[in-house]
Amino acid sequence: MSTLVKPYGDTHDDGAVQLSFTLPVEWSEAADEAARQLVAKMGFTDVAVAEGRRIAAGYSFFVVYARTPVSVDVSTITVPSNKTAAMSMEDIDAFVRDRVRRKIRVAGACIGTDAHTVGIDAILNMKGYQGDYGLERYREFETFNLGSQVAIEEFVRFAREHDIDALLASQVVTQKGSDVANFTALAELIEAEGLRERVLLLCGGPRVTNLLAAELGYDAGFGRGTLPSEVASFVAHRMAERAGA
Amino acid sequence: MAGAFGRRAAFTAYLEPQAGREFAGAALNDKAPMELRIDHVAVDRGRSLARAIADPIEAFISMHSTVSVERAILRLLGVDGVGADEVPVPNLVVDAFDERALAGGIARWIGRAVAETGDAPERVAYRMASGELAAESLAGVPEDAARAALRPHVERGLARVAARRAERERLLETLPQSPPPLLYVIVASGNIYEDRAAAVAAAEAGAQIVAVIRSTGQSLLDFVPYGATTEGFGGTYATQENFRIVREALDAVSERLGRYVMLTNYASGLCMPEIAAMAAVERLDMLLNDAMYGILFRDINMKRTFVDQHFSRMLNARAGIVINTGEDNYLTTADAVEQASAVLASQFINEAFALQAGMPEEQIGLGDAYEIDPRLEDGFLFALAQAQLARQIFPRSPLKYMPPTKHMTGDIFKGHLMDAMFNLASVMTRQTIHLCGMMTEAIHTPFLGDRALSLENARYVMGTARHLGDEIRWRRDGIVERRAQTVLSDAVRLLERVAEQGLMHAIEARAFADVSRSPDGGRGFDGVFERAPDYWNPFEDELLAPAGQKKKAAR
Repeated sequence: MSTLVKPYGDTHDDGAVQLSFTLPVEWSEAADEAARQLVAKMGFTDVAVAEGRRIAAGYSFFVVYARTPVSVDVSTITVPSNKTAAMSMEDIDAFVRDRVRRKIRVAGACIGTDAHTVGIDAILNMKGYQGDYGLERYREFETFNLGSQVAIEEFVRFAREHDIDALLASQVVTQKGSDVANFTALAELIEAEGLRERVLLLCGGPRVTNLLAAELGYDAGFGRGTLPSEVASFVAHRMAERAGA
Repeated sequence: MAGAFGRRAAFTAYLEPQAGREFAGAALNDKAPMELRIDHVAVDRGRSLARAIADPIEAFISMHSTVSVERAILRLLGVDGVGADEVPVPNLVVDAFDERALAGGIARWIGRAVAETGDAPERVAYRMASGELAAESLAGVPEDAARAALRPHVERGLARVAARRAERERLLETLPQSPPPLLYVIVASGNIYEDRAAAVAAAEAGAQIVAVIRSTGQSLLDFVPYGATTEGFGGTYATQENFRIVREALDAVSERLGRYVMLTNYASGLCMPEIAAMAAVERLDMLLNDAMYGILFRDINMKRTFVDQHFSRMLNARAGIVINTGEDNYLTTADAVEQASAVLASQFINEAFALQAGMPEEQIGLGDAYEIDPRLEDGFLFALAQAQLARQIFPRSPLKYMPPTKHMTGDIFKGHLMDAMFNLASVMTRQTIHLCGMMTEAIHTPFLGDRALSLENARYVMGTARHLGDEIRWRRDGIVERRAQTVLSDAVRLLERVAEQGLMHAIEARAFADVSRSPDGGRGFDGVFERAPDYWNPFEDELLAPAGQKKKAAR
């Protein structure tokens, strides 16, 4: 059985994809043809412009269907996972009491100029997210939510002064790669300050994946839809490993 | 027909206060379609509680000023530009005076310098900023001379504001807007020239209001950046030159399309009054401006915010600028069903503060958002209940309705559907300012194509269901009516608690958004100062002329 896969439209290996995009040209039949040729140049075949129309002076919008000749071998792809076995808040607290034997100190912040605390609040605030309580509610976590627009230097200083075990950096604004730039700056400063061995470094945000986190030198990354208990469980397990129990 | 005109009048009525007010009020009091039965005693109680909450704060406000109020006064006097290290001249001038010297108001120092030198305010400001003109040398100028010297410059500043307002009124007559909900979109590239292109394209695709989102860091800057800017994160810096660039482009496209396209920015954060002053002279039409948002969600000191919002709203009132309040933030940070009463309570409080600053109801765009979890059964009914409730309680307010954001995911197809339901709720409940939702909300700042698709969605839904609201009568004591009653009574209870504790202490005790802020904590507190007995703000005197005279007599 081949592990090579292609997109699936309605027939195995048909390679069907849908694309939509805007071109900075006034709409005309020639604009439709330009869209078709562009998609063909991307390497697609059987390109069909399903919709092409003017959306503003000098701009046209297209919906295009096409087939791709390429495939990937899924058997060769591995991604580091941050998933631990699902545990309830009570289970995690019990696990920490038993295996870490002290409270875990966690600090979270929306770093850099980002003012959108929706992500970090969902993980840390008592209320939590989707009925899953936030870390503030856990008995065995001592939680500090530093809020929005926290300078990276300030965040690192806080970690040092308060003996933080796990730092949670959040970035919601992703424009022009500002999230990755801030995450990188934090990882570098933690390293430079000699704190890397002491703290678990976690990042979160709508475009964060665990793979990205690993590339940036973080212990884990959590994307959209992450529940607080997933973060708590990850931190608890890593802390237990460190405690050597 | 009458209904449609009534809706339109509700928004533009501030242009012709007499006729418009009567009309808008009548349209909704007269057993309007879709009217929910609500407890009018509770509504009156909510309103009087909000007044009771705002009154003691008003007393505090009248005894204080802030560095940003003083800088706004300088801007109104024509002071602009930057000095060394790009520091704005208004900051340099205010920082040149210690708190004791500032307690009498910056206007007096400028008046003295103008009287002494015969130069214009911008000229003496430059000399003060560079240290060339020292305060000590001016102490001897008589009060009458200082006031008289400044008078023509105050009048010139106010005349500029009045001229831009008159210009807007003229344009709205010759280039009439299509009826509300007015389609509002956001541009936020970080580069003002890209924003300009996006704003024009959005207008052509049907947008009636364009907002240039600010760079995320700007609310915490204690100065307003200068000049045209091409770099920002999550938005573009609000500067006077950036305002001018987009205004000019929108004026051109308005002319071409035959309908006036409005421009919006943010008078929030640490520089509310200055942004209001800049917006007034660059003819912005709307400003995001909330009495409590900065306190709760940006940790800006509450005293600073209260004083700043007051002066900024006085300016907005005079400039004919519609404010948009930020109640949507209560819903994006917590559960929307639970927080519904906080939204209504905040609307009452925002209204009370705005009325205190002299704003007519027609300029008070109270906020709400469609943020209920899409998985909740009958969630749409709850959203309708809340939106209709606000429509009935604030019949003259150009209500601002915000789209789903919190429950938007990377699934753009589902997102587009959620936006369609939001569009339906908006047209059914006659919202005025409609922020179009983007199906790519959770992914990136909108692409040009995203905006066009969003506008098409809104135009389709609002066109095909234009008069649906007129055709519906809610079932007595049905889900919607009961929900509206619950939200109203919970809001009144919350207001009672806040009134009892006093607003400052209530905020400290987590009455709003589950956040605690202390009266002397947060950013910008060091910029608040007590007014000396002879404090003088010539613009305040002019802007509040009738009320201001009463206040003086009472003192």
